[in-house]
Parts: sequence; structure tokens; C-alpha cells
Amino acid sequence: MKSIILRTASNYLLPLLLLFSVFVLLRGHYLPGGGFIGGLVASIAFVLHAFAHGLRKAQRYFPIHPGFLMPIGLTLSLLSGFLPILIGDQAFLTGLWMADPLPVIGMVGTALFFDLGVYIVVVGVTLTIIFTISETA
Amino acid sequence: MTQQLLIAPLLLPFALAIALMFAWFHIRYQRVISIVGSVASLGLAIWLFGRVWQGGIISLQAGGWAAPYGITLVADTLAVTMVLLTAIVGLAVSLFASGSMINQRLRYGFFPIFHLLLMGLNGAFLAGDIFNLYVWFEVMIISSFVLLTLGGEKAQLEGAVKYFTLNFLASIIFLTALAVLYGLTGTLNMADLSVKIALIEQRSLVDVCALIFFVGFGIKAAVFPLYFWLPASYHTPPPAVAAVFGGLLTKVGVYAMMRVFTLMFTRDPFIENMLLVVAFFTLFSGALGAMTRNNIVKVFSWLIICHIGFMLAGLAMYSELALAGAVFYMIHDIIVKANLFMLAGVTNKITGTNKLQMMGGLYANYPKISLLMAIPLFSLVGIPPLSGFWPKLSLILGGIEQGHWPLVAMILLASFATLYVIARVWAEAFWKKQPEFERPAGFRYFGDYPVLKRVLMLLPIGLLALVSLYIAFGAVHIQTLAQRIAAELLHPEAYIEAVLGSTKELMP
Repeated sequence: MKSIILRTASNYLLPLLLLFSVFVLLRGHYLPGGGFIGGLVASIAFVLHAFAHGLRKAQRYFPIHPGFLMPIGLTLSLLSGFLPILIGDQAFLTGLWMADPLPVIGMVGTALFFDLGVYIVVVGVTLTIIFTISETA
Repeated sequence: MTQQLLIAPLLLPFALAIALMFAWFHIRYQRVISIVGSVASLGLAIWLFGRVWQGGIISLQAGGWAAPYGITLVADTLAVTMVLLTAIVGLAVSLFASGSMINQRLRYGFFPIFHLLLMGLNGAFLAGDIFNLYVWFEVMIISSFVLLTLGGEKAQLEGAVKYFTLNFLASIIFLTALAVLYGLTGTLNMADLSVKIALIEQRSLVDVCALIFFVGFGIKAAVFPLYFWLPASYHTPPPAVAAVFGGLLTKVGVYAMMRVFTLMFTRDPFIENMLLVVAFFTLFSGALGAMTRNNIVKVFSWLIICHIGFMLAGLAMYSELALAGAVFYMIHDIIVKANLFMLAGVTNKITGTNKLQMMGGLYANYPKISLLMAIPLFSLVGIPPLSGFWPKLSLILGGIEQGHWPLVAMILLASFATLYVIARVWAEAFWKKQPEFERPAGFRYFGDYPVLKRVLMLLPIGLLALVSLYIAFGAVHIQTLAQRIAAELLHPEAYIEAVLGSTKELMP
């Protein structure tokens, strides 16, 4: 798309949307939000960028093929489930939480890393699909 | 700590799938990872089986929440037996796919999805919570849909649409049944349900709920009259995929029925009569279908339906003997059916066709391979002392014991129909001289494959044939196992106690 308005706007929207997606991700444990929606918002940021500047420019943000984000995210989620087995001999996926909340992020526990894994998988899947479609189109 | 390892049959395939995704562009590594991982899965399954065989039922509350609310995993003898069979078939199919599947299909992610399918199967067998069972069914459907369409041929897509529509419908019906059940009892934990369903006074509501479950599982297990998707789709995917579908996927439906109709819904005449009638007609229509088809893969597909009838008959008769027969039949059937579809893949590569009229000359050209293939074929028929014979004996004795004469007659008839069908396959494909016909251009014959690939195709057939022979000649062991499973199914107290434990007294 050749619109200069969209191109200028998307330069500012990319970091904003990514920041917003992280906000949605962190908000997600007790409030609406979470890894899935956060991941979708983040992929929308890149899709918008691809619309404005072309596919190549958007792909340049990824040193590896976005498809490889899927196994990375899955590994993170799997390990967050494994942690309670390794540390406390507790059941798989038992939630472990740090005693005190961190500034900005809030309470940190295995659930957050699980959600982060979901976030990465969603970004990987969505971008793989959309980049593949735009490549063949 | 041993309790923790109960979840390993789910995590290992998942970890394998992740590793395989990392090796997305390296087909050779994928082959190695898949085979080595399948061997590890088999070792794990054997170990878990040994634990449960010696120590009794193990349960685990994943997530750390106590029983009726948490994610319950239960390994009783039936579950671990199924996990073990899944691992055996998984290893065989891994080998076979490495040998037979074209790189183009492998490049689109056959192996990762295959291991996710195995994870779904293991999850369904170990689930102690009926909603989790539903979730694992979904995992299986999604992965099986991908496996069915890999390659993107027209026939495949056509088969996949039928497969997906009906299996999706089955899922919706299953979910509806879950909703009704939750409305009736307020719980979804199977052990908890077992206690609470018995307390409901309006039995007609329970019957309706049981019926909805039966329809949902019935579509998946391909029982009469809900089987039409099966012969319409199973001949389209590559043989490695058909092997895991034919061997395991329909049996998950039967497994779910066995669980639900022994643990949750106690017997009344309505359910019993329904199961008896459905078993009768499943046997009948499957046998008729198999006798009239000319495509070898379709013949085997119809035989799946026919033989689901045996397991259903055992479940319907509901005595320890008959139930043991049904379990034994399932053990035998999973191994043999998976083997048959791989066998059909090899005969296709040798003769260039799946049509029985066009096949032939296998025995003259490849006598040793033919003898190897005779083992699964005649095991299926159950010529004594091969493996199909013993469970049928239990089923027939169980039927006579309770006086279900029409069903006994139908079991015999279906056995003879199977004999006829297999004899026909043997005569047409193996003995007859192959007629001349126009071969598709560029067809890669069995002889054109490098030696390693040929070995990889025949090794799993030999492996499963060996397991079949063990089932046949070690029938005493399998019968002991089947009887123990039947006893556990008929007396679910140990199962309930393993899940709910000390909270049992707290319940109303």
C-alpha cells in the first residue's frame, strides 16, 4: 500500500502495539487478557507493518523464520510445567509463585512463563500463516 | 516420584514433537529423532505397565489441585495396556513412515504431527476426567486431520472432508452429553461421576445422557449405523497414516465406551439391549461390506467396522468372560489392523495397484515377504492357534453362558466372513498371476527403493507380526491380563479409591 499516512502511522504503531501486547499478556492472570490475545495483538503489529512497508521489511525483524517461534514457545510452556517437578517434587503444572511481587510486572510465577510460551506460539503461528499467504499472493 | 512419571507418556511425545519442529528442514534428523524417540516411548510404556501390573492403579493430580476439581490422570491396567499398544504401533509406524513416505509429505511436518497424535492418544487413555478426555479427542482430531490431508491430493481432501465433518459432529455430540452430565451431577471427574450417577433418581435422564454419549463415541468407533465416514476416508491417506488410523483411532472410541459404560453408567436393560443390537448389526454390515469391496484398503476398512462389532459384543454381554474377550480382541486387533494397512502399502508398491483384480503374483515374486504377510492376514481370521482365535473363543463362550444366541450366531458368521475375505485377498493378490494393465507413469516400485528403505518398510511388519505371534502363543499371559482388566472394569471400586482416596468419605 502506498499511503504515506499509513506508512508514517505504522512506524509509531509497531512499538505501541507491541507494548500494548505485553501489557495484555501481563494483565492476563486474573483479568481479561493473557498470552493468546497478547500474541494476536503482537502479530497484528507486524502484519500492519507488512501492509505499509511490504513483506520484506516486516520479515527483517525476524532473524529466524517465525515458524521456529512455535517450538520455542512450546518449549517454554513445557519447561514452566516441568519446574514444579524439578524443584519441589510437586505435580506437573502446579503453580509456583515468588513470594513478593516485582515492580511493574507484578506477581511472577510459572503461570506467567506458560503464558509467555503461548504468546510466542501465537505470534509464530499467525505470522507463519500470514507471511506464507502474502508470499504466494 | 514414580507418580510423577505417570505424565511422562504425554510429555515425551510432546517434547519429541518440539524437537522435530526444530529440525523442520532436516528430514534425515527427523527420521532419526522419531525412531529413537519411539523406542524411548516404548521403553517408558513397558516400565509404566510393569509398575501398574505390580503396584496397582496409580493416579496423579496434575496442577496440584485435589481430585474432583484437578486435572486427574489415572493409569489402571486397561489404560497402561493401551499406552503400551500405542507405543508399539507408534514405533512400527515411525519405522514404516521413514521407509515408505515420500519426502514431500515429510517436509510438510508428518513426524511432528504424528507425535502430537500419539500424545493425544496417550492422553485419552490416561485421562481420569471426562472433560479432559474430550480435550484429548480434540487433539487427536486436529492432528489426524492434518495427517489425512498431507500431500493435498484431490481424493485425500474429499476423504478428509467426510472424516472431519462426522468427527466434528461426534465431538459436538460428546460435548453436549458432557453438558447434560454436568447439569445432572455437577462434576466431570470420572471416579466422582461413578459415585454420583448412581445416586440420581431420574433414571430416564441418565439413560438419555448415556445415549448421547453412545452416539458421540459410536461415530468415532464406527459402529452401525454411524460408520459411513470410515470406508469413505481411510483409503485416501498414505499407508503409514492409514496404519495408525486403522490400528488406533477407532479403538479410542471403543476404549471410551468401555470406560463410560462400565465406570459411569451402570447397567439397565435399555443400554444392554441397545449395545447388543448395535453389536449385531455392526458385525453384519461390516462383514457384508468387506465381502463386496474390490480395493484391498477398502476391504480392510470394512473389516475394521466388522471387528469393532466383536468388541462391542463383549461390552454388551457384560460378563467377566465376555469383557475379557473384548479386551483381548482389542489388543489383538490394534496390532493386526495397523499391520494390515502397512502390508497394503507394501503390496501397492510391489504390484502398483490396490485393486484386487489387478493384483497378483506376490507369492511367485516375493515368497518370503508373502509368508511374512500371511502372519497378520491369518491372525486376523483367527485360525487356531493364531491370535484372533482366543478372544473369539471367550466371546462365544460368554455369549452361550448368557444365552445370547443371535449374537453368538452373528459372531460365528462374521468370523467366517472374515475367513472368506482374507482367503479371497490371498487368492487374488498372492496366488493369482498378475494381469497386464496400464501402469501409471513414473511409479516407483518396491524394487526401485534402496535396500535401507525396503528394510524399513518390512521391519515394522515383521515387528508387529512377532507381537501377533506372541499374542497367539503366549495367549495365557494375554488372557490373564484381559481377565484382570475385565475384573477391574466390573469392580471400579479400586479405580474410584485411587482417584478420590481419602476424600471418599467426604462425599454425600
